[in-house]
Amino acid sequence: MSEHLTIYPIIVHLLTAILLLFFWMKPNIQRYISIFGSAVGIVIGALLFQRVWAEGIQSIQLGNWQAPFGITMVADTLAVSLIVLTNIISFALSIFSTKNMVSSRVKFGYHAIFHFLIMGLSGAFITGDLFSLYVWFEVIIISSFVLLTIGGRKIQIEGAVKYFTLNMISSIIFLTGIAMVYGATGSLNMAELSRIIPEIENKGLIQTISLVFFIGFGVKSGVFPLYFWLPASYHTPPAVVSALFAGLLTKVGIYAMIRVFTLIFPLGEVNQVILMVIAGLTMFFGGIGALVQKDILRVFSYLIICHIGFMVGGLSLFTEVAIVGAVMYMFHDIIVKATLFMLGGVMFRIFGTTRLKDMGGLMDNYPRLSLLFAIPLFALVGVPPLSGFWPKVSLFSASYSEGEIAMLVMFIFASLITLVIIAKVWNSTFSKKENKLEKRASFKYFTDFSFAEKAAYIVPIILLVGVTLYYSLFAEHFQVVAERIGNELMNTEQYYNAVFGIKEETKL
Amino acid sequence: MEILLAIMTGILYAAGIYLILRRSLVKLIIGIVILGNGVNLLIFLMGGLVKGRPPLIPEDGKALEGLFADPVPQALILTAIVISFGLQSFAIVLINRAYKVLKTDDIDTMNKTDDIT
Repeated sequence: MSEHLTIYPIIVHLLTAILLLFFWMKPNIQRYISIFGSAVGIVIGALLFQRVWAEGIQSIQLGNWQAPFGITMVADTLAVSLIVLTNIISFALSIFSTKNMVSSRVKFGYHAIFHFLIMGLSGAFITGDLFSLYVWFEVIIISSFVLLTIGGRKIQIEGAVKYFTLNMISSIIFLTGIAMVYGATGSLNMAELSRIIPEIENKGLIQTISLVFFIGFGVKSGVFPLYFWLPASYHTPPAVVSALFAGLLTKVGIYAMIRVFTLIFPLGEVNQVILMVIAGLTMFFGGIGALVQKDILRVFSYLIICHIGFMVGGLSLFTEVAIVGAVMYMFHDIIVKATLFMLGGVMFRIFGTTRLKDMGGLMDNYPRLSLLFAIPLFALVGVPPLSGFWPKVSLFSASYSEGEIAMLVMFIFASLITLVIIAKVWNSTFSKKENKLEKRASFKYFTDFSFAEKAAYIVPIILLVGVTLYYSLFAEHFQVVAERIGNELMNTEQYYNAVFGIKEETKL
Repeated sequence: MEILLAIMTGILYAAGIYLILRRSLVKLIIGIVILGNGVNLLIFLMGGLVKGRPPLIPEDGKALEGLFADPVPQALILTAIVISFGLQSFAIVLINRAYKVLKTDDIDTMNKTDDIT
């Protein structure tokens, strides 16, 4: 039994989703099952993490077809860390959705689709096969389409058309890349590709293929010229769905980028420059975009784009220190971005609007909540000792020691513009005088909530802020994990050996 | 045969991209469908074409002998077709819904989500 632990993170959410389908018309039972399923997911994720930490990279050959022929699942430290974080986010959002998702929407299968999405994410993290990665991406996007359109409000449908089109095109580009890799090498197993690709004479072809992959993943993660679908759609669905997308969906694109560009196509001179330029432009345009927006959710959407630049920038420097920084930033970003959109949801309930102009007086009316909300906002800026600060140490020092001063300037620019934006958000929501807006009659405000409803909104935020604080105060734990990940990513023979090499160690 | 299929793939990609760039929602979906078919054809072509040699072990044999058609691209295409079929049916429902709710087929008028208000 326990030798199959590697694929349990997928199976937990698959079984939860199937179980949820049996309670289609009973929203309350669905809510409990969803929370329970996510809690089991955390336990499984932690067990797998502990095993990978103790015994090294785990791999499993599905159907017992030996490595290059069958589909391999590989759990390395990067994959399992992301699975643990995904399950923590999923647990928090299951609690948040109990009150944020109305029963009529739950009856459209919200919780089941939610768990199918988490299953897709877990699968994308641990697969060791390029085509299988494509399949998991499709699982993710079809689930996200349903979550985005559930409820069918006018603005949701319009956002969904844009989201759908760009994601379909990115899948098609990704699949084109897969076809080209198969034509050039005759294999789709990532570990085998890492050995075949360096031996191919035609470097121009490999260069082209790697950029096709970059475009495919770039659309998904929202890098500079390809991000316009993101701010057009992320503010339309209910807060819990936005939080899920913001925390995890763009990061799976970054994960795929890190995996492909370290393992299969190690970055060369040309690609490094292309990635650096794009990372810089992503930070610039994301920051400027956030500055002009007047709606809090759209400000946060543009901040996602701005901070994607940090991860792509870290990858583009392509030293172990920079990769450690990028991975650390990814951990921090997953937690904080999910918290931010939940904050947006609570603020929408408090003020009845998401426009910054109409907000105000949060500090006078809700001093304790303001203190809670301040932590993720300051962590985003990177105020020491909060979590955004630690990854930047690695990123700044790597870009300085590599002599990439332009990259360093862009990192500093993005940090400063984030500070300006958060100051703007702080001014208009917390410290400004309260706006006496007319109350909407058919709208349930935060003050009208019962204790249970308030708890369902606030407890998940406290949970994720707790994780942020843990990250902030015990950053060395994350640093150790990230350093091991950096070592595994830069020395690909460990991955290769886990898939092909000594079997008696991996298959007990 | 390879030349013909390569040209065909190119035509499908070009036609798909052209249709995606049009302003109509229906043409957008048709463009995505055509692009999807272009990709499937590309995968098929990349496996290499072998005529009349299916990858089947004869009854009296133990292993495949000589040149045989690569079965992997066919499995990949089959998977990709099924996935794109599901996505395309979702897309058709979505544009039907979008037409009913937004009362327009023109992509250029769909700019409510990008307004700075």
